[in-house]
Amino acid sequence: MSPAILLVLALGLGLAGWLAARARAWTFRRDSANGRIAALPVYHAWYVALWIVVPVLLFVGLWSVIAPQLISQSVLASPAASDLPAFGFQRDAILSEARSVASGSAKAVFNEAANGLVEPYRAAISRYNLIGVLATLIIAFLAGAWAFLRIKPDFTARTRVEKAVMTILLLASLVAILTTLGIVVSLVFETIRFFGMVSPLDFLFGTQWGPDPMSNPNSPDGSRYGAIPLFWGTIYIGAVIAMIVAIPLGLMSAIYLTQYANPTLRKWIKPALEVLAGVPTVVYGYFAALTVAPAIRDAAFAVGITNASSESALAAGLVMGVMIIPFVSSMADDSIAAVPQAMRDGSLAMGATTSETIRKVLVPAALPGIVAGVMLAVSRAIGETMIVVMAAGAAANLTGNPLEAMTTVTFQIVAMLTGEGSFDHPATLSAFALGFVLFMVTLGLNFIALRVVKRFREAYE
Amino acid sequence: MSDRLAPTRTAEFEARLKKRYAAERRFKMAGLGAILFSVGVLAFLLVTMGFNGIGGFQRAEMNVPIDFTQAGLSGDPAVLAQPDAVQTLEAQGLPSIVDFYAEQKLGAEGAAHISASAWRLVADRIIDDPAILRGTATFSLPASAKLAAGLNGEGSPEMRALATSLAQQGKLETKLDLGFLERADATDPQQVGIWGALKGSMLTMIVTLLMAFPIGVMAALYLEEYAAKNRWTDLIEVSINNLAAVPSIIFGLLGLAVFLWIFPNMRSAPLIGGMTLALMTMPVIVISGRNAIKAVPPSIRDGALAVGASPVQVVFHHVLPLALPGILTGTIIGMARALGETAPLLMIGMRAFVATPPQDFTSPATVLPVQIFLWSDEIDRGFVERTSAAIIVLLVFLLLMNGLAIYLRNRFEKKW
Repeated sequence: MSPAILLVLALGLGLAGWLAARARAWTFRRDSANGRIAALPVYHAWYVALWIVVPVLLFVGLWSVIAPQLISQSVLASPAASDLPAFGFQRDAILSEARSVASGSAKAVFNEAANGLVEPYRAAISRYNLIGVLATLIIAFLAGAWAFLRIKPDFTARTRVEKAVMTILLLASLVAILTTLGIVVSLVFETIRFFGMVSPLDFLFGTQWGPDPMSNPNSPDGSRYGAIPLFWGTIYIGAVIAMIVAIPLGLMSAIYLTQYANPTLRKWIKPALEVLAGVPTVVYGYFAALTVAPAIRDAAFAVGITNASSESALAAGLVMGVMIIPFVSSMADDSIAAVPQAMRDGSLAMGATTSETIRKVLVPAALPGIVAGVMLAVSRAIGETMIVVMAAGAAANLTGNPLEAMTTVTFQIVAMLTGEGSFDHPATLSAFALGFVLFMVTLGLNFIALRVVKRFREAYE
Repeated sequence: MSDRLAPTRTAEFEARLKKRYAAERRFKMAGLGAILFSVGVLAFLLVTMGFNGIGGFQRAEMNVPIDFTQAGLSGDPAVLAQPDAVQTLEAQGLPSIVDFYAEQKLGAEGAAHISASAWRLVADRIIDDPAILRGTATFSLPASAKLAAGLNGEGSPEMRALATSLAQQGKLETKLDLGFLERADATDPQQVGIWGALKGSMLTMIVTLLMAFPIGVMAALYLEEYAAKNRWTDLIEVSINNLAAVPSIIFGLLGLAVFLWIFPNMRSAPLIGGMTLALMTMPVIVISGRNAIKAVPPSIRDGALAVGASPVQVVFHHVLPLALPGILTGTIIGMARALGETAPLLMIGMRAFVATPPQDFTSPATVLPVQIFLWSDEIDRGFVERTSAAIIVLLVFLLLMNGLAIYLRNRFEKKW
């Protein structure tokens, strides 16, 4: 709550500085001999406003991180905290309960031990809130006053503001690099911790998966961390079953839409495919679990397969394939559209039918683009989470039978991190190792696919 | 000479041509079939959800008349205006009053299957309008989950029999339950509502928009208008393109490892969820923003520069306003994707049971797709229809957002 107030405060102070500086610049302009100053008044205003808002925002960001820690430290130093349990879960529960009562988000405590801590918390929160507001005001005033005093008739406010704007734009574009770096660093860091407990060889080449989050974290059983069944399940569902559905249907949809359909039909079908692409994956997952999986099981019973499971790789794969159809279709659409019209005309002029032209000229010419599109589709399918979580099951089976339950990398990441295990346990850390593998594979697929597309585009330009 | 005059359309040729035309027709039919299949699946999915979801907006309720003149509740308006009025009414014996009149009207068997917290509904009505204490009022109270299942022809045979007999006497009926849009999560499918999750989604989306939109637009402007062609720019471009294709669950791992490490007390807060989704949405906004900026013709820039505008003025006074509709379209599409996203939010702990709508950006919350996932995991059959109803609410929001994007595109898109 407090950071939000500080943010509003920062923006209000910035506005005040903006107005004050503009008024001052107007007086310069009025008093100057020829009615001209070095920059328009509005740039003076922005100069002061930036000097107020940027330092204050930096401070608020920092403060919202350190204030909670300062508050808990001062509470722990209070006499009421001396009879807390020494470590662990209970202590955290009591503290968080007292905090939520003190901040007003809960009405009363369940745990009597938290009662004594409510008052120290309330005092600490109000004390540090006051400090935060005061510090914000002081920083804003100092920075604003400094900037305000620099405004003179010959002050080149515009170039300075523009320089600041360029810097801010550059910083914004660096957020993408920071995010990538954040992903890589956090995954690598936790993966290394995991490999300190379980050998990478056991992980990458073992065929038994069944981590026990309740086992002793100091002596993990490496033979239970073999990820081959997960990789197999991921590939079987995402790259085999889903693609058997998505590639022919997506490709044929794209061909029909670009080569045969009249404009009216196209006008209606394209948005429908976009809707299909926009349906959230959790809805597909529910559809797979509620409708498709039971239908498949019943069909299997009907033909005499009695051991079909109600959670099957087939159900998850089929629905995932449907989800990917619009993606494959739009990629194929782009690549076919990139083939020069002359090639199509030439083939038709030789007497080939439309379908012969498509099969023998357009598709082969567009093949690199289509293959790249399929690679992107695979990378999307293997990273898909909700459908497999809801429909594919948790059993790590190393089998080729699509009617059996299979588990995937994404399913296990969710299962390991939403369980009760502690953060130092290899079972929990294995989720990061799996995430790292997933990240590298999708990265590789995308990298290759984008290069192929680029080269293919150049070939026809 | 005679060779040249030989007829080209021999019987052999005609047969081959016929075969080729047949192949042509088959190919065309296959294409049409593929499209019809995709559209058919979409229609089937929507119809299934709609059909199930109608039941989710209804619930089994029983009419109970309560004669308050006999009940002995003190209807002092000053007491009822207090914030703890519900507790006061409970202390005055409202639950047993409700039970008593329910038994009179429905019989012991039926009264046993009024939802345990039904008296709270009565209490809320009394607090809203203390005047009803002066007479007899009829309340439509929710049945228990078991009885509701019985009315749907599910559950144990006894329940089905009881539900059938109560329904035949006109005591139990299925009524429209608009309260579904106003309540939050609960353990009883008869009592659940979607408002808590919806509010959580809105708070999360506000954070996402406030972070992803400015950063995304600024990054797009920098890359498209100012960035020099060098290794750094290439690196930024490569990382944006890759981030757009990274599986969403990886962003959840990032949020878990970084944001929850910085803010350990904010598990399942909309602030953290919004920040995680913002990182995911930002590349989408950058990519669509760059395309929109690229579409602004260079003559606009040249004209502005020619009359003395600085590079920053060119961009902020001319290029950005012209590109804005395109950027907004891309932003809305990216936000729609974020609204439907589940996996990264599961990672950062937004899967807790949250029975009250979130108050602010830092209180525990859940979001619509996660709520759908949680309900789909419930064993109680009553949740099936509720889940579909929640899906309908989510899809309506997504359709509205996509419709807005299409409208913006058609209304403001300029062909130069």
